[in-house]
Amino acid sequence: MADTQSKELKVREKQEVASPAEQTTPGLVFTPAVDIFETEKEITLLADIPGVKADDLTIDLRDDTLTLAADIAPVDDTNEDKVLVEYETGRYYRQFTLGELINQEKIDAKLNDGVLRLSLPKVEKATPKKITVNTG
Amino acid sequence: MIYRRFLNVPTWRFRSPLDELHRMRQQLEQMFGDSETLHQRKSAGVFPLINLTEDKDNYFIRAELPGVNADALDIQVTVNNLAISGERKIAAEEEGARYHRKEREEGSFSRMIGLPGDIKPDKVDAKLQNGILTVVISKAEAAKPKQITVTS
Repeated sequence: MADTQSKELKVREKQEVASPAEQTTPGLVFTPAVDIFETEKEITLLADIPGVKADDLTIDLRDDTLTLAADIAPVDDTNEDKVLVEYETGRYYRQFTLGELINQEKIDAKLNDGVLRLSLPKVEKATPKKITVNTG
Repeated sequence: MIYRRFLNVPTWRFRSPLDELHRMRQQLEQMFGDSETLHQRKSAGVFPLINLTEDKDNYFIRAELPGVNADALDIQVTVNNLAISGERKIAAEEEGARYHRKEREEGSFSRMIGLPGDIKPDKVDAKLQNGILTVVISKAEAAKPKQITVTS
């Protein structure tokens, strides 16, 4: 008898990107699920991108637009017969507009177990200075 | 004229009173039926979704499990079933974090997959890499296809 019941994960169909610019290479493009949260110092983005190796991931930040584009490692199953196919594989693509100013040199990206953790530290605002008033 | 009019009243036909409903259902099926076949994919509706393929000697099962550690995953094999269960945790972030978007879910999952033929439970190889689980299961000798020569 467990005190905390962990809830069951439900199936979520992968979302295909709704017609972006036409792709040069054929294949499906999916929108990865992301968590975005922000603290005082940085914005962190977590994205589920299974099947992606670090070399195939492109993170682009320009003009306040953050673009995630990832290619998957191709699955070698040409010699196999398909018995049951429940999901498709394809590239990942998602774009965000950032409102805050980001310190581009300190951006950190980690890819573990198919989850990307992207830390975007905010530009440090000038520390508030206390101004003493001199009398006289 | 009156004769015709009486026979056209729906309830007076010599058929079942559910005729109207049947006709409505047919019309609705025509309207929505096409959009269903475009995206029709039979799935058990249980997490995780799998792709099961086979060749002469092995079955291959692939599933997408991002963010799951190998030790949080439990795979069991019997004569012709494969059971995958585990838990996906999302690390709690620090206090005061303001979430703008939370689309990733966490929780437990459990799935039993029936395989089309018998297998060797001793020769099962499972690999979890980049969030994709690949399980390679050897078929039992009796389940492998045998070539039969035809004599003429």
